[in-house]
Amino acid sequence: MKRLLAAVITAASLAFASPSLAQTPPNVLVVGQIAEPKSLDPHAVTAVNDFRILMNIYDGLVRYKDGTLEVEPALAKSWTISDDGTVYTFKLRDGVKFHDGSPFNAEAVKFNFDRMLDENHPYHDTGPFPLSFFFSSVDTVTAVDDLTVEFKLKEPYAPFLSNLAYPTGLIVSPEAVKKYGSEFGRHPSGTGAYKFAEWEANSKVVVTRNDDYWDGAPSLEAVIYRPITDANTRIAEMLSGGLDIMVEVPPDSLQQFRTDANFTVYEQAGPHLWFLILNAKEGPFANKEIRQAANYAINKKALVDNILQGTAEVAAGPTPPAFAWAYDDKLQPYPYDPEKAKAMLKEAGYNGEPVTFYVTEGGSGMLDPIAMGTAIQADLQAVGMKVNIETYEWNTFLGKVNPGLEGKADMAEMAWMTNDPDTLPFLALRTGAWPDKGGFNSGYYSNPKVDKLLEEARRATDQSKRAELYKQMQEIVHDDAPWVFVANWKQNAVTKASVENFKLQPSFFLMLQKVAKPQ
Amino acid sequence: MTAYIAKRLLAAIPVLFGLTIIVFLIMAMIPGDPATAILGSYATPENVERLNRQLGLDKPLVQQYFIWLGNMLHGDFGRSYTLNRPVLDEVLERFSATLILAGTSLVLCSVLGLIAGVISAVRQFSWVDKIITFVVLIGISVPSFWLGLLLILVFAVDLRWFPASGMFAIYGGGDLPDLLHHLFLPALTLAVVATGVIARLTRTAMLEVLRQDYIRTARAKGVTENAVIYKHAFKAALVTVIPVIGIQAGFVLGGAVYIETVFQWPGIGSMLVKAISTRDLLLVQGGVLVVAAAYVLFNLAADVVQTILDPRLR
Repeated sequence: MKRLLAAVITAASLAFASPSLAQTPPNVLVVGQIAEPKSLDPHAVTAVNDFRILMNIYDGLVRYKDGTLEVEPALAKSWTISDDGTVYTFKLRDGVKFHDGSPFNAEAVKFNFDRMLDENHPYHDTGPFPLSFFFSSVDTVTAVDDLTVEFKLKEPYAPFLSNLAYPTGLIVSPEAVKKYGSEFGRHPSGTGAYKFAEWEANSKVVVTRNDDYWDGAPSLEAVIYRPITDANTRIAEMLSGGLDIMVEVPPDSLQQFRTDANFTVYEQAGPHLWFLILNAKEGPFANKEIRQAANYAINKKALVDNILQGTAEVAAGPTPPAFAWAYDDKLQPYPYDPEKAKAMLKEAGYNGEPVTFYVTEGGSGMLDPIAMGTAIQADLQAVGMKVNIETYEWNTFLGKVNPGLEGKADMAEMAWMTNDPDTLPFLALRTGAWPDKGGFNSGYYSNPKVDKLLEEARRATDQSKRAELYKQMQEIVHDDAPWVFVANWKQNAVTKASVENFKLQPSFFLMLQKVAKPQ
Repeated sequence: MTAYIAKRLLAAIPVLFGLTIIVFLIMAMIPGDPATAILGSYATPENVERLNRQLGLDKPLVQQYFIWLGNMLHGDFGRSYTLNRPVLDEVLERFSATLILAGTSLVLCSVLGLIAGVISAVRQFSWVDKIITFVVLIGISVPSFWLGLLLILVFAVDLRWFPASGMFAIYGGGDLPDLLHHLFLPALTLAVVATGVIARLTRTAMLEVLRQDYIRTARAKGVTENAVIYKHAFKAALVTVIPVIGIQAGFVLGGAVYIETVFQWPGIGSMLVKAISTRDLLLVQGGVLVVAAAYVLFNLAADVVQTILDPRLR
């Protein structure tokens, strides 16, 4: 009996121990994604997960310079901006073709933006285009000649270039859109470093090398994107050799990969901010001193080191350091000082009134929101504030927070990832961005000086002038403390040690043009 | 028999119809909406309203339901907001993957459960019985998602005998051996609990039957022990066990939700979980309808088999 059992086990192990299982083929990169893409039409999607594929199939007129959030030429060779900041004229790269063979030219650019923005465009019904408001400032797009295209804006809008570098600004092949209509998202065609080859639903998306790529053909033959929604399964697949790269590694597992020589861990801070919205309209946080006291009372270092296990850094103010040119590096985070917080609360006349704290279970960029919420509650209770947590599932949470906290809560967790220093403060700190006016200023912060600085920064086309205005804004907001500034997340990725030239970008996009994997 | 089956199938129609209304209402009542889910942080009231209009969600609820019902009766289940593809394509593709997984599991748990139960009963109180009972109890008590992770850790990460996830190899593969290779761990995990239930039940049913007078009579007239057990007792015990296997089929389908998530099996369970969290109403409707119809059919099949086996029910 024993001998029989041993024989069966031996036979089974021989049968199943196929060596191909342990490794992926050379020159083919297998990427572990967190979900199935929604569509490969860059204008129809909103998720970073989808951007990781799209940025390698398509190009925009401009792109982020390697390792920064500053724009540089891509499909446009150069551009000029009119003095009043409302006319942008782009000179296009000559001789570029879409993967389907059709030419890239000024008409193609015009087609892309008209499809998104003009409700009467014959292909507008291939949407919806949820992020088209990124370009809502665009009035008209004109093909001046074959290689010159002119954008006329309704008003000066400085983040325009940076939005063009965002996936919503990627250029798709008009011929492919005309051919496939609303199925274009499953038959994508761009000008990028990789051509779309195959999409097997719920299993993989395959892209192959574009030998004619204008910026140099990649060395990899193909990239395979695999959706694996469960984080534990993704880790198991990485450990068992089925993936070459995985992104968004949970903090608990990062250490395991760090100590294993078969893997390389990458980290990169990005334009992310995790913060608490404080209700500045009513309740205790209507008082600036109490808002500041909350900033002193919360031990951000402990949150970042213990709960997030070093996968984030303590945030100093409303603008993430990843926006290097616009970031005020003189700004220091509020130090952890519970004694000072207690004294400030007493001085401000805080009467022990309980505060309601909205916490979410998860959601884009929210990191570990329940554990963080509980730790924050404990910190505030330690200085004498009574905090009642209410926890909601992400979509429900947004439905409660976005319309404003008035009459419901005193504070709420929130996180943003943006592509331009304008976006978050403009949409969430201005008086004109209160929820009833269609913005995200759910805590009703209002300071006319901040409003003015942000409006001015939007009109300034000179980057150093803009930077100056943003820095002034950061100082005022830091002092007014409409939020508790908590953390800036570092994006991470793990690759097999054999993957070469891999780099994470502050934009959180996954750029694979230069990556190699010879074995 | 045909009339009985037809009657049962007709009775299922109002059940399914009612189900679509309930799902529709629940999806409408839970907070959050598809536009908010799609726009995420960018969900301003203005953007949400514009997207809702584009998605056709600005119409009154009743009207939305009847539009959906009308289209569905014409075979058009609509288009998923989150996947941007026809609901029916996605649901059928996903459901066939689930059927492969759940079907294999069901065969596995029926065969293993029956064998274990019969051996246990025949050798009651022996060490074999005790070991089987012990293992079966552990099987029933272990949470299956945890067991799945454990199996992945041992057989995929450490030993590398089986792949950790997916249904087919990502390059090459795609044939039957490849499928079986990927199927083994998830099917086994999914079968464990049901195996335990069936084994326990078979044991009890067999013991009951073995105490009956006609078994004693059979033995008394000299029928061999094997014939007594397999021809007389087992067939009678099966009548009790079959409906339970039918119910287990339902549990296996339900359990597939976790197992599919753990093993990244592209089945309908993991699809439904995602569809609910993204408020993809049409996908939820399509998916639930297919699963419910399958549930009804499985129970019907179990009843039919039971009627065939048990002459008293005819």
